[in-house]
Amino acid sequence: MAEEVLFHHALRLGDDGLILGQRLSEWCGHAPMLEVDLALANIGLDLLGQATHFLNLAGEIESQGRDADALAFHRDVLDFRNCLLVEQPNGDFAQTIARQFLFSNWQELLMREIAAAPEPRLSAIGAKAVKEIAYHAKFASEWVVRLGDGTEESRARMIAGLDWMWRFVDELFDDKDGAPSLRSEWDARINHTLAEAGLELPKPRRGVLGGRNGHHSEHLGHLLTEMQFLQRAYPGATW
Amino acid sequence: MSTTTELSLKDRIFEILSQVPDPEIPCVSVVDLGIVREVRGQRLVITPTYTGCPATIAIEHDIRAALDRAGLSDIKIETTLSPPWTTDWISDEGREKLRAYGIAPPLKGAAKHSLRETPAECPHCGSLHTEEISRFGSTPCKALHRCRDCREPFDRFKCH
Repeated sequence: MAEEVLFHHALRLGDDGLILGQRLSEWCGHAPMLEVDLALANIGLDLLGQATHFLNLAGEIESQGRDADALAFHRDVLDFRNCLLVEQPNGDFAQTIARQFLFSNWQELLMREIAAAPEPRLSAIGAKAVKEIAYHAKFASEWVVRLGDGTEESRARMIAGLDWMWRFVDELFDDKDGAPSLRSEWDARINHTLAEAGLELPKPRRGVLGGRNGHHSEHLGHLLTEMQFLQRAYPGATW
Repeated sequence: MSTTTELSLKDRIFEILSQVPDPEIPCVSVVDLGIVREVRGQRLVITPTYTGCPATIAIEHDIRAALDRAGLSDIKIETTLSPPWTTDWISDEGREKLRAYGIAPPLKGAAKHSLRETPAECPHCGSLHTEEISRFGSTPCKALHRCRDCREPFDRFKCH
């Protein structure tokens, strides 16, 4: 794999985890119950851990002296390459679960593929990550069933959450990493869980793309102002 | 020191590190947990449990300090991700220490069991009549369970 292709590949994978990890951290202390608070914080932590490895690798390949911290805190919004799905606001708990459900099921399939790919540095991180992501996908899928098959209120919220996130799905399968091939297995997983939850597939929407090229929704800029505040106010600060 | 000098460098390092507790679960050492992988020449190879585990940095610092105290400052520490850590690497002794500490140890053969619903054995009363409260617990490596017989909550090491 050419070095530049590999750099962008690692960057995309790192940015997905970094941004969703940051999003999930917003729930810390606010989740509907303690167990969920722990779960969302743990999932966020796993994603940040994986992102650190991917971004360190990207920095190593780039050889410009940037490590994961430099890439996370010293880039502006146009330089981020995460998919649009992960930067979407948490909304209510059902909307957060919808995002996690769609993303983790995709990410698990992607990491399984990366774990088996020939590039040893990427596959080492992928093999490690896939074990963690399996828990995330299961957690989110269980909550889709619980909310979808729960009360009228929880069901309505689950439907609204999936509806909000659905337009960002196509982008997951529209990148340069071979992800289109994952679509049929992903569809099968999603359909299986939605059927169990008594929910229908959201109505088709025109997919919104752009995150992989740096064209983000306004939400990412707001997220970065919070995440990067310290390094923007005190550039290079360490402790 | 005559006994230790007769040991190979590898044995000596493992002996030193068997005294270094995990910062989050101090009843077990970093060797019990299978974090310490091997000694290659002058390099010690360790592996993280979970990618985001905050204890990883503390563990490396503690290992460094223990090696320095033993006069092994020239041993370099290297971190590897591959093959990925699994709870199958936790020693039998480590499993017993976990149980005695109140944490249900993971099943062996974790790869086959990781997400299957197998009842945890209550570390307090030994009952299998237990339930999972939360798949995510106080550290990345543990899940929260409850015993339906003795009613005590307990942590279970996730099969990973």
